[in-house]
Amino acid sequence: MFSDYSLAELSSIFLMQGFAGLILFSVFVLMALGLAIIFGQMGVINMAHGEFMILGAYVTYFTSQFFLNHLPSLFGIYFFVAMILAFLASGALGMATEWLMIRHLYKRPLDTLLATWGLSLILQQVYRSVFGPREVGVELPGWMMGSLPVTDVVEVQINGLFVMGLTIAITVAVALLMYRSSWGKQVRAVVQNRVMAGAVGINTEKVDRYTFGLGCGIAGVAGSAFTMIGSTGPTSGQLYIVDTFLVVVFGGAQSLLGTIASAFTISQAQSTLEFFLSGSMAKVLTLIGVVVILMLRPQGLFVIKVRR
Amino acid sequence: MSTHQDGSDKFSATRRRLLKGLAALPAAPLLSSTALFPSRAFAQAPATSAVNTTGLAVTDTDVTVGILHSVTGTMAISETGSVQAEKLAIDQINAMGGVLGRKIKFVQEDGASDWPNFAEKAKKLLVNDKCAAVFGCWTSASRKAVLPVFEQYNGMLYYPTFYEGLEQSKNVIYTGQEATQQIIAGLDWVQREKGAKSFYLLGSDYIWPRTSNKIARKHIENFMKGSKVVGEEYFPLGHTQFNSVINKIKLTKPDVIYAIIVGGSNVAFYKQLKAAGIDLSKQTLLTISVTEDEIDGIGGDNIAGAYSCMKYFQSLDNPNNKDFVAAFKKMWGEKTVIGDVTQAAYLGPWLWKLTVEKAGSFDIDKIAEASAGIEFPKAPEGYVKIHPNHHLWSKTRVGQAQLDGQFKVVFETPDLIEPNPFPKGYQ
Repeated sequence: MFSDYSLAELSSIFLMQGFAGLILFSVFVLMALGLAIIFGQMGVINMAHGEFMILGAYVTYFTSQFFLNHLPSLFGIYFFVAMILAFLASGALGMATEWLMIRHLYKRPLDTLLATWGLSLILQQVYRSVFGPREVGVELPGWMMGSLPVTDVVEVQINGLFVMGLTIAITVAVALLMYRSSWGKQVRAVVQNRVMAGAVGINTEKVDRYTFGLGCGIAGVAGSAFTMIGSTGPTSGQLYIVDTFLVVVFGGAQSLLGTIASAFTISQAQSTLEFFLSGSMAKVLTLIGVVVILMLRPQGLFVIKVRR
Repeated sequence: MSTHQDGSDKFSATRRRLLKGLAALPAAPLLSSTALFPSRAFAQAPATSAVNTTGLAVTDTDVTVGILHSVTGTMAISETGSVQAEKLAIDQINAMGGVLGRKIKFVQEDGASDWPNFAEKAKKLLVNDKCAAVFGCWTSASRKAVLPVFEQYNGMLYYPTFYEGLEQSKNVIYTGQEATQQIIAGLDWVQREKGAKSFYLLGSDYIWPRTSNKIARKHIENFMKGSKVVGEEYFPLGHTQFNSVINKIKLTKPDVIYAIIVGGSNVAFYKQLKAAGIDLSKQTLLTISVTEDEIDGIGGDNIAGAYSCMKYFQSLDNPNNKDFVAAFKKMWGEKTVIGDVTQAAYLGPWLWKLTVEKAGSFDIDKIAEASAGIEFPKAPEGYVKIHPNHHLWSKTRVGQAQLDGQFKVVFETPDLIEPNPFPKGYQ
């Protein structure tokens, strides 16, 4: 298939393809970070993760509408406001969910699967009733559109760069929070041994609530960012949930580093295969690869060594 | 969800016997008001016993039909417009005096985007509610699920979506276009207007895009001189990452991107195409899966310049369509948009009314027979006619997407195109 092209053309295409892989990588990390905290750290199988994302997307849509109608001069920066609001909205909904539902189920992790799946159906129908069944288009400020030409053929997508930057910022923030702050230490203590953590004076209920809220809040930010690349409708969250779980489980549920490594592996495999094969076949081969590796290594790529 | 059912179907079957015995039954509390004043009903409409010999839900004053679409679940986004159009048509028909002097009542059931559930609800509409006709379904999967039910219980389904063809049933009227109607005229147009020689076919991975692209490929390779397909690819439903295929498109530089991507994937595809710097005013893109409904989600600025090929656009400039759009917006709000399928769904109740009046009967067998040759000159898309194969003769149009989310019609076939659900040489 490459005989018709010059070397220069080929190298620039491979450059762009590499960049496409990096964008996919950032998207996967952004999707999976929130779930890595909730599923990895707390052991809650949150099937409603996609719906928390879509709440963030809707918040972004309404913020954009508000800026368009009331503050058109500041439209260029509305996205940053929207991301903060999305974090707060999804985080608040997450904390409410934890308080009403999840905290009663910590001893029954499998039941969280059913409960949160129910929650996801409820949220979808709520979005449909409140925001309408039709998808909404989020208008982006002009500077986020289009691409930067590097050479004649190589072009770099601005919103791709934006997602990459955002992913790096959030990953660094989460890493600092989990591994360098005293709150992070408490979270990890609760994860490793809830009873013991309580015995040494950690308010485990409060830690749980904020952890869950943080995970959902990050999902909200991810949803906000995805308005740039995907659809915003009541059921759009479903588009992301499978990939999200795939990344988290493949990486080894309890390790943030594992999540990142697994996102990198899956995204590069998928984007390279997609280039040489068709989209559906690429997905099939990627999934087969993941299944085989998980059969050989059921705990995922990275595992934290804990005495059980 | 459903209108009240008073069991009048059973009533009408025994009504004649009751009337005969009326003298012997001085106190008749059992009779409904319509039966007490039969002369009024008879004055304007033929007797129920004459127009309904198979026990459908037809009384002297009204007739019950079914609406079967998803108003919950993933498909609600697409099917809501169809429900709205069908209700509008029923309203308008009732305002004109109904069908054979009978007002249309409807029972609405929710398919909930779940195919077995569609079959279940179809059976309920036919067996319990005895609906004289059902307007419904959207995806091919849901139609395939209900087809055996309609054939077994002898119901009548009016199906609004453009679809892949390869089907024909006595019990279904297809008011949307089948694949060859939608595809061939569009490809010929793009070859003529844009001098297109190379095509890149894309689609979501299920039956409609695959069958349609197969027809497109056959037409490009066998019937269009010097044209070739340079790529053909499918993506799982819900796929949101198109950067790799966009790179491939950049590499192969096709004259035309032929896209049949559906649902949420659509939004991701056009947004990423634009972000990747593919300017649709320079790169020709022809799609058969984007209507005004989809643009709502994609955003006009992301798709402006692309061409869409189907039989109806909201912007069609004719008096029928002006009235239709005005009535639709009056009923469902100024901000609603009307896509191809919504218009096709609107045709359903009207075609059924015309057929019933031609047949002089609500009986399914008589309607199935009378359908061929039914003409509806007041259709928003312009004059349409039912073919003996139960599909519609219709024109095909190409529209160019505009920033405001509407299409500008740039081409219209001069004649109606014959529906050909089993195209020879295309399989």
